[in-house]
Amino acid sequence: MIEITDLSKKFGNLEVLKKITTTIHDGEKVCIIGPSGSGKSTFLRCINCMEDPTGGSIIFEGEDLADMRVDINRHREKIGMVFQQFNLFNNKNVIDNIMLAPVHLRTKKLKKAKQTNAMRKFANVFRKNKLPLIEIKETKASIKEDARKHAFELLKRIGLEEKAYVYPSTLSGGQKQRIAIIRSLAMNPKVILFDEPTSALDPEMVGEVLDLIKTLAAEGMTMVLVTHEMGFAREVADRIIFMCDGQITEEGTPEEIFDHPKNPRLQQFLKCVL
Amino acid sequence: MDIGYKFKVFWELFAINGGWKQVVFVGLMNTLKIAILGLVIGIVIGTLIASVKVMPKYKRLPRVLDKICTVYVGFFRGTPLVVQLLIAYYVMWPLLGITISSLNTCIIVFGLNSGAYVSEVMRGGIMSVDGGQMEAGRSLGLNYGETMLKIVVPQAVKNILPTLGNEFIALIKDTSVVSFVAATDLYKTFTEIGNVRYEYFVPYLVMALFYIVLVVLITIGVKLMERRFAKSDRNN
Repeated sequence: MIEITDLSKKFGNLEVLKKITTTIHDGEKVCIIGPSGSGKSTFLRCINCMEDPTGGSIIFEGEDLADMRVDINRHREKIGMVFQQFNLFNNKNVIDNIMLAPVHLRTKKLKKAKQTNAMRKFANVFRKNKLPLIEIKETKASIKEDARKHAFELLKRIGLEEKAYVYPSTLSGGQKQRIAIIRSLAMNPKVILFDEPTSALDPEMVGEVLDLIKTLAAEGMTMVLVTHEMGFAREVADRIIFMCDGQITEEGTPEEIFDHPKNPRLQQFLKCVL
Repeated sequence: MDIGYKFKVFWELFAINGGWKQVVFVGLMNTLKIAILGLVIGIVIGTLIASVKVMPKYKRLPRVLDKICTVYVGFFRGTPLVVQLLIAYYVMWPLLGITISSLNTCIIVFGLNSGAYVSEVMRGGIMSVDGGQMEAGRSLGLNYGETMLKIVVPQAVKNILPTLGNEFIALIKDTSVVSFVAATDLYKTFTEIGNVRYEYFVPYLVMALFYIVLVVLITIGVKLMERRFAKSDRNN
């Protein structure tokens, strides 16, 4: 699904990622572990070009995301992202947080379709073989209604419907993170990137967030996680990538990585965290 | 000094002879017109400059715009308002060969001037919004401008509302210099009342009162607006 070849990233003279090559398959759950400063977060953020890669290519749906000419916004709709600090929109209530992007992007498409139709109608007057008009089924109101219904379904799923009209500042960390996850789900993404989703949470609330991620995993969502929760990584991941000094030092199934680590750096890392 | 007499003279001219009409309908109106329209123009210009300043600068165009904005802000913050008024009225307009009434000149100059100040305030406001908000918006597929407009700027405006109120108060008080270019404001109308009998004692006292009342009213208004904007912080 995502083919990453020779991905590199430099901040000035500092080389954070050194020619990373890997492929994320459809439905695969990939966990990225490693010591801090190893470039795991940067790697994840490069996948949807939150950080612009300085070299290499990221092929997603036949297009190279690392190419600056590609319309990255169109692809980001299909690549969800969940942040360490939740990043819910503080000026919007929960339901608006979830609805904002779907409504906005769909109305934008609707507007564009209407514009194209108007142009075609005008051009058809002079054309011999008339171009067909684009069929427009939805209206602005129906898009909103649709998104609202979808948002409520998602909220119901995490049991937070009664929080639909409150502002994020009143929620607990665990609730915020679960809402952030369903906010990215509202776009129906093909893959979700998790950037240390539980690192900023109270220990008490880690469980509820991990449970939600587990159910998503069970439903077959493709995901890439940067995490420090080794037990969770072992349970959920199909493949684990160990990163060190901006390179993939070792990768393999959870059993290979946790039970039979080969690389000495990985062995040392596991000794510290397990 | 017969203070009672001074008050009597003022009362005659202000209330009985109808001097208040000139004060309220011309002086106060013009003061408010200049300050409010000036602030509106200032906010528009300030937001534009601020968005140029916070734009990522990979390409040449933002860099050129940035230089222009720096010069603009440098000029308007580096010279007194009176000098700007005089230059606009007596230098720029004749040079360009256009005639603009003194009131409109004031509105334009006040707008340009406060634009320079508001731009810095606005930039501070935008930078005070956590970078994660922009990232979250972008990660959902919204482009830079849309995220700015829907997510970042509303939060920035909320943060800078008290400072904007301050700017408005400063503008209201600064309008007292517009008589330099022959515009009629509160100061001018009260001076005219004083000119009749060469008694300025009471007119200037009452003028101060007018300004204070104006500023207090604005302060209350800003407080109310802040409370409305603070909706998202309250526990409800």
